[in-house]
Amino acid sequence: MIMNVIETDKLTKCFGSFTAVDHISFAVGEGEIFGFLGANGAGKTTAMRMLCGLSTPTSGTGKVAGFDIYKETEQIKRHIGYMSQKFSLYGDLKVWENIRLYGGIYGLSEKQLKAKTDELLRVLDLENERNTLVDALPLGWKQKLAFSVAIIHEPRIVFLDEPTGGVDPVTRRQFWELIYQAAERGITVFVTTHYMDEAEYCNRVSIMVDGKIEALDSPSALKSSFKAGNMNEVFHALARRAKRTEN
Amino acid sequence: MKSPLVAFVRKEFIHIFRDKRTMMILLLMPVVLIILFGYAITTEIKCVPIAILDQSRDEVTQKMISHFVASEYFELYKMIDNVEEGRALFRQGKVRMVLIVERGKVKGESEIQLLVDATDPNEATQLSAYATQIAVEQLSPFTFHLSTGKGIVPVISLLYNPQLRGAYNFVPGVMGLILILICAMMTSVGIVKEKEIGTMEVLLVSPLKPVYIILAKATPYLLLSLVNIATILALSYFLLDVPINGSLLLLVGVSVLYALVALCLGLLISTIADTQQAAMLISAVVLMLPVILLSGMVFPIENMPEILQVISNIVPAKWYIIAVKDIMIKGLGLGSVLQEIGILSLMVVVLIGLSVKRFKIRL
Repeated sequence: MIMNVIETDKLTKCFGSFTAVDHISFAVGEGEIFGFLGANGAGKTTAMRMLCGLSTPTSGTGKVAGFDIYKETEQIKRHIGYMSQKFSLYGDLKVWENIRLYGGIYGLSEKQLKAKTDELLRVLDLENERNTLVDALPLGWKQKLAFSVAIIHEPRIVFLDEPTGGVDPVTRRQFWELIYQAAERGITVFVTTHYMDEAEYCNRVSIMVDGKIEALDSPSALKSSFKAGNMNEVFHALARRAKRTEN
Repeated sequence: MKSPLVAFVRKEFIHIFRDKRTMMILLLMPVVLIILFGYAITTEIKCVPIAILDQSRDEVTQKMISHFVASEYFELYKMIDNVEEGRALFRQGKVRMVLIVERGKVKGESEIQLLVDATDPNEATQLSAYATQIAVEQLSPFTFHLSTGKGIVPVISLLYNPQLRGAYNFVPGVMGLILILICAMMTSVGIVKEKEIGTMEVLLVSPLKPVYIILAKATPYLLLSLVNIATILALSYFLLDVPINGSLLLLVGVSVLYALVALCLGLLISTIADTQQAAMLISAVVLMLPVILLSGMVFPIENMPEILQVISNIVPAKWYIIAVKDIMIKGLGLGSVLQEIGILSLMVVVLIGLSVKRFKIRL
């Protein structure tokens, strides 16, 4: 039996009379790649913010990495990594300075930092770019670097919020290689995306519509139950039910 | 949690040092302002062109006129022959004051009349005061009497700033302005920038406490503003001959307290603004304008309508400028600036409370 690293039960978040997240219950196992899908405004970001300890739920319960999302947010923050849809590195800092900054924030020692920096640059084939300003790197490289920095402290879970926006399919494919490598090391990956080809890469996906989880299963099981040829058709079959419009 | 904070502060310094243009502005701004206010934008009376009509032409009036001409306040544009000529010069804008010495009814007695261009009332008041002073000095040994006719001659002593030097007033003002600019504007822009490029979210998800993020953001600007205070004080002391009569330590202490108020204001602005431009605009309108207009730096608070006088009480720069003047110019000690220190401290507490509340709501 694989241990669950994320568990929620009837998790709800209201803003005034608006229910952004409506009683969602799901579990994510250790080392799993979990796709979190939904149209804009479906409540993905709000749900993710609650799991990251940035936002207090209105009701329901939840545990991330074994810690309570109401009371133990400090502990949660130590055990998760996060990469936002906006680019999360500093463009006016050099490659190694970005690595040192995030390593330092997560409390790595000087020795660990040095070893990590060397390893990371070698794996990403960025050894010659150590002293380059991040602004000068191509977008694809920046994103790979951002992901590696987000897991520099070997977290239990890494949250990726639309990490591959604006990247070409080849680079996206390379990016997913990194995700697989991380999952093999036992890091759970929780990823939101707009690209349905990416949804196919996940072990399991959930699809949110109007604040509720309408479907949750492996991509192949979803395709057969919706009698669809690919995830795109599954998504559209569900998204059509949405009553909410964006914002 | 010490080492994460160090890592973060180091990053803030890199941001500042790598942005050469901003850093140049930050370091040169005090220099430019001091030179501008010291030499270009001056409210002091110097070499004002005047015309003189002397109908008396006796020894006493000649001597007085020579003193007018010799003084650094006035510069003789023309000796004129009649009043009409003086009025023409006023209309052309050639002179700002006309001195008329009329022959008295009794032989040997003269009357002085001053015509002053009062389009700038402050200047007109100063001009007539200087002119009266010169006339009184020169004529008092003789049977000169003011209109009272009682032979009372006022003796005026100007305390603390006997030469009426404008620098004594604007140096504290410029300090108040620079500190607000650097601490509040740069802090708010710095924090909002992180929100804009999306790194703020990443920081908030990290174990770094929001308090540390704010501390780390504020530290470099606090240090930078200390450098600026040193620059301003050195320039005003060596270049403009403004004395530092009181304790330097106390002066720096009050400045740091004021910088803290400014930092808190910047923090509050960063919780309201979503873009860097908005942060800049709010800083400019909400902070700079009151500092320039309502702090007493340019316009005396006593002359304002009552409502503005009340409003001026919430402008931190007002209290800072009062304290700096007390310490720097009057040479007073801690005891005399306790009220100002108390008010500024209270502002820090209130502002921190407000921003922490707003910061939490945003999460």
